[in-house]
Amino acid sequence: MSRRPPQKVQSALRFLGRFWIPIALTALLMAACGQPPSGQDAGETTEETTEETTTGETTAQEALTPGEGALVIYSGRSQELVEPLFEQFEDESGIEVQVRYGDTAELAATILEEGENSPADLFFAQDPGALGALTDEGRLRPLPQETLDRVPEHFRSDDGVWVGTSGRARVVAYNTDELSESDLPDSIFGFTDPEWEGKIGWAPTNGSFQAFVTALRVLEGEDVAREWLEGIQANDPFVYPDNATALEGVATGEVEVAFVNHYYLYQALEEQGEDFPARNYYLKNGDPGALVLAAGAGILDTAQNPEAAQSFLDFALSEEAQRYFADETYEYPLVEGVEPAEGVVALSKIQSPRVDLSNLDDLQGTLELLQETGVL
Amino acid sequence: MIWVPAALVAAAMLLPLAYLVVRSLEDGWAEVYEVLADVETFAVLGRSVLLAAVVTGASVAVAVPLAWLTARTDLPARRAWAVLAALPLVVPSYVGGFVLVSALGPRGMLQEVLEPVGVERLPEIYGLPGAALALTLFSYPYVFLTVRGALRGIDPALEEAARSLGSGAWTTFFRVTVAQLRPAIVAGSLLVALYALSDFGAVSLLQYGSFSREIYIQYQSAFDRTPAAILALMLVALTAAILLLEGRTRGRGRYYRGSAARPTTPVALGGWRWPALLFCGGVVTLALVAPVGVLSFWLVRGLVEGEPLRPLWNAAWSSVYASGLAAGVVAVAALPVAVLAVRFPGWLARLVERMSYLGYALPGIVLALSLVFFGANYAPWAYQTLGMLVFAYAIHFLPQAVGATRAALLQVSPSVEEAARGLGRGPTGVLATVTAPLASSGVLAGAALVFLTTMKELPATLLLSPTGFETLATRVWGATTDAFFARAAAPALLLIALSAVPMYLLVIRERAK
Repeated sequence: MSRRPPQKVQSALRFLGRFWIPIALTALLMAACGQPPSGQDAGETTEETTEETTTGETTAQEALTPGEGALVIYSGRSQELVEPLFEQFEDESGIEVQVRYGDTAELAATILEEGENSPADLFFAQDPGALGALTDEGRLRPLPQETLDRVPEHFRSDDGVWVGTSGRARVVAYNTDELSESDLPDSIFGFTDPEWEGKIGWAPTNGSFQAFVTALRVLEGEDVAREWLEGIQANDPFVYPDNATALEGVATGEVEVAFVNHYYLYQALEEQGEDFPARNYYLKNGDPGALVLAAGAGILDTAQNPEAAQSFLDFALSEEAQRYFADETYEYPLVEGVEPAEGVVALSKIQSPRVDLSNLDDLQGTLELLQETGVL
Repeated sequence: MIWVPAALVAAAMLLPLAYLVVRSLEDGWAEVYEVLADVETFAVLGRSVLLAAVVTGASVAVAVPLAWLTARTDLPARRAWAVLAALPLVVPSYVGGFVLVSALGPRGMLQEVLEPVGVERLPEIYGLPGAALALTLFSYPYVFLTVRGALRGIDPALEEAARSLGSGAWTTFFRVTVAQLRPAIVAGSLLVALYALSDFGAVSLLQYGSFSREIYIQYQSAFDRTPAAILALMLVALTAAILLLEGRTRGRGRYYRGSAARPTTPVALGGWRWPALLFCGGVVTLALVAPVGVLSFWLVRGLVEGEPLRPLWNAAWSSVYASGLAAGVVAVAALPVAVLAVRFPGWLARLVERMSYLGYALPGIVLALSLVFFGANYAPWAYQTLGMLVFAYAIHFLPQAVGATRAALLQVSPSVEEAARGLGRGPTGVLATVTAPLASSGVLAGAALVFLTTMKELPATLLLSPTGFETLATRVWGATTDAFFARAAAPALLLIALSAVPMYLLVIRERAK
């Protein structure tokens, strides 16, 4: 039996025991003042805290700048997907990039809470809804026409304040052990048929799903959208927290179909191999269920580095970055002349509905509808 | 003197509350009325209360026997069991919930195993049963750790007296031992109940429409922070009610010993050791082995498909560093609050102590956004610094340390302190050299709890850390949100492994006694 290691712990404890009150007060005060306790050795990421001036009144603008010239990006797109892109941009432009990753909606809420003191220069969002929320509050600044013109009209903001950077198609993922394509209806409305009872999976809290419901309302009207939601509800769908788990549910056979975005399949194939028992099915004839959405970005009105942010947007819309989206995230490049990855159904082959993404900003209405129909 | 730090701590707790009031009333009273008038709001309230009650009951039922077996009996390898039984706490609920679904869900792994035996359908896991199971499995350690700490501090004299007066082993256990454990059980239960109210990961994966899920839906979908704030305030009210209830169960018992500390003789289990081992093994298998197993499976499957292993040292260091800081700050901040509550009881002391629980019952995103609001607008020099992040952790996790410290302090006899005073020590000196060391097992247990929960904390870390700061938890989250299960597995496993270290040290320390 070894019994010596505790000795050290014991003496450390005794030390702590003797001095805990002064330590407590210092730590508390430091925490209360927001100084990093135990100094700056926190390392690489802790910025130098600027000397506090007498009142602490808004010397904020300079103090918040994390190092001269660094571009601060709030990214709702995950680190796994976009970090290499940021690194590439840093290498090519020589501009230092600092990224805060988070959930798209939560970062949008954060920017709204931060108000004019937001350290963010650029907001990189998963879906147009969050960009719309910032647009409504006047938090995005107009982009130059040539930036906007890089992508087709319906993939950018009407007000010219954000631009789509990559596209994602809504699809029906189906279990290949249970179904073949010919078993699936042409339209999303086919799934309200009672034969689908207990076989459908969806993720109603997901931004892309909600954008689809908004499109349904815009394209077909409020009543049809309500009918569809009620019809699916009547078929007792499985509720998943997100697209990824919904697709897993399809693969395990928990459900036979799920309404998800197209690219999750390709990641699953890469991770789990070709025998992954699920595939994508694209609805036909301009069905709302075949909507193509976009991830996008906008520059904040309070940006301290608007030029750097603009260079990043230019980079994101360059052929190189568009290729990255196509090959690495399996999304659709939006800039003309860049083809999607091999095996991904071409954008031109998708019979998607014609709807302007910036018309999909009535999220509040969608949320109310989802709540009234008991979906949320 | 003790009032000053305690009041400071309590004041910090008011920040999120103030934010919620500001946001709730932003659009006037009409909106508040609308949310309150909605029948669904109260259905959600009912579901949350039900969930919290079930999870708390189940946690006590699991944790108290586990704590007793690992602290007071001759159970083989009981220290190892103690570490293993505490570890499920570090399994993030968004990972644990997912694992539970893939193991026990329809067409899950268990179903596949049982199908040849003729089991066509497992009982439904979604909804209350699954959510309660997941939350119990990953939060019972709150009760386990506080109760185990208390068991080790119990004076064996009382039990011996009961036995010598003719009371049987079982009667003694229930009437003497459990009775003395009450403050610890209550403190742990409170943490479990409030955690069940605030957790989002498990309820969303297992599809249970509780309060925190509704609040998240508001933030996620509508970008309208007013209804979310109103719901969060209702959650605060519910927390206040639970705290009031808990206050009534506390009673006025004294739990300190009359004589000097003396080790207890372990209870010989005899033939009972096999069912006891089976019980420990079962709990650990479900709560720890299963998640670790599934994570390892993901990792290996990804590696086989050619997924590269990426370096995690930066994230690992950040996790340990920030969690260690948080544990230290919180343990220290909890002491004055706990001392106040135990030694100077009164309504004000009670109020201060209860205030410390407010930040804990709020879903992480609510707390994080409230500090975003205050930080960016009123303390921009501190916004998104490490200090701010630790401050957020402290507000969030303070009650974990307050509860454990309080339970330990109750076992310290005031006569020891009085003796020190009589011999000329000042009040501060007594606190530092007598009270704190005597209560050190509780203080340390509290610090360990905070460390473990900070390791997996997500919303505050994402929004309030210095830009570019990444922890193991954020890495896990970043990978799972886009379904990179293989990439999530490595940081998740490392998170669990690193968290085992302080647990191990804590248990090792016991040998010295």
